[in-house]
Amino acid sequence: MKYLDEYRDAEVASKLANQLKHLVSHEWTIMEVCGGQTHTICQYGLEELLPDGIELVHGPGCPVCVTPLELIDKAVTIAGLPDVIFCSFGDMLRVPGSECDLLEVKARGGDVRVLYSPLDALKIATSNPDKKVVFFAVGFETTAPANAMAVWQARRLGLRNFFLLCSHVTVPPVISAILQAPQNKVNAFLAPGHVCAVMGWREYEPISSHYQVPIVVTGFEPLDLLEGIVRCAKQLESGEAKLENQYGRAVNRLGNQGAQSLVCEVFDITDRAWRGLGLIPKSGYRLSFPFRDYDAERVFGVETVTAQESPVCISGQILRGLKKPHQCPAFARQCTPEHPLGATMVSSEGTCAAYYKFGRFAPWKGI
Amino acid sequence: MCLAIPGQIEELFDNDGLKMARVNFGGIRRATCMEYAPGAAAGDYVLVHVGFAISVINEAEAARQYEALKVSGDLAEAQNTLRVPEAE
Repeated sequence: MKYLDEYRDAEVASKLANQLKHLVSHEWTIMEVCGGQTHTICQYGLEELLPDGIELVHGPGCPVCVTPLELIDKAVTIAGLPDVIFCSFGDMLRVPGSECDLLEVKARGGDVRVLYSPLDALKIATSNPDKKVVFFAVGFETTAPANAMAVWQARRLGLRNFFLLCSHVTVPPVISAILQAPQNKVNAFLAPGHVCAVMGWREYEPISSHYQVPIVVTGFEPLDLLEGIVRCAKQLESGEAKLENQYGRAVNRLGNQGAQSLVCEVFDITDRAWRGLGLIPKSGYRLSFPFRDYDAERVFGVETVTAQESPVCISGQILRGLKKPHQCPAFARQCTPEHPLGATMVSSEGTCAAYYKFGRFAPWKGI
Repeated sequence: MCLAIPGQIEELFDNDGLKMARVNFGGIRRATCMEYAPGAAAGDYVLVHVGFAISVINEAEAARQYEALKVSGDLAEAQNTLRVPEAE
């Protein structure tokens, strides 16, 4: 596939790794923010190519993972209603709520459907006028424009039976929250390429400058990640702290302004609770006032549902880059992808799930 | 979740007032909303996330970056070779 295969070239990867080995003279901790990047790093064993001085820690950029438990409970409640068709991306179905997951709701007879795109939910709403069609709108800035378009198009088509259960979160506030934590040990960030394809990289300039931390917007292929790490290491070794864009083939400074504009129209910025991290001010989106009639939480009266997290799980510390999965007493014992206890095990993009899948049960290079 | 796949636009069309395209992902074809990439034309590569084109891939930049990576790797290797101390 064009623009995929080139960036998986093993020979170039080993040359980049060699370059990195000669570059690094200190110990540095670099966080890749996005769960998709974590997955690539584990899948291709990229950490094996890194010199001892570079430690990668895995950030909070898996939206499935950070969706709060109480929102899963709200989804389960709504999906169990007899006149509802509950639609979602596939990776939300196995995330356990306090009582059960959406797959169990489906097994009990609930009409739960996995969709490729939120626009598919509009087709279902059109052909099922006697049902209420709810789409579980989870995701970062990459996904928000798609869900914004679905709501906007629903209003344009006059659909009155389409609703959004909205749990959108945004990346810059969580990077700031990680950097503000007194125990923070992250020295540089690989910023998420597809979030930046939508939002542009200008949002990250003030963070890099304010906290004096290198930030490199990075793609998702092995060579992208290695180059992102090389660029971070070069800045760290030379005492620089600036924004760089490694993913120039898809990302520019201003981003996709058409997408940003519709997101602004359909959503308002709001405080959001992150599973494992807690409440982060102004870190997500909710439907704006003109679109309130499409808000499933309001329409189905589930705004006050609350839930209790597992006391054993250390996902909050993992999401901040302070601990690794094998440092959790429950990892691969009580907590597995089949029976996840918390945020970082619930999705295949979660750090614990990636470590479990690729057999990372023991410390890595003594870390 | 933020997975986005590059695909090539085969044909543009309209559906319920939305700009759409048939996009080929290495042989698999899917209808894709083009509202956020309105300037893209048949033959262009786009990055597609949950059925929406979010970015037109800059082909020149993709090729330039790959070539630069190959060269930078080669240069690093050349420098490393130079650093090997001569046998006494």
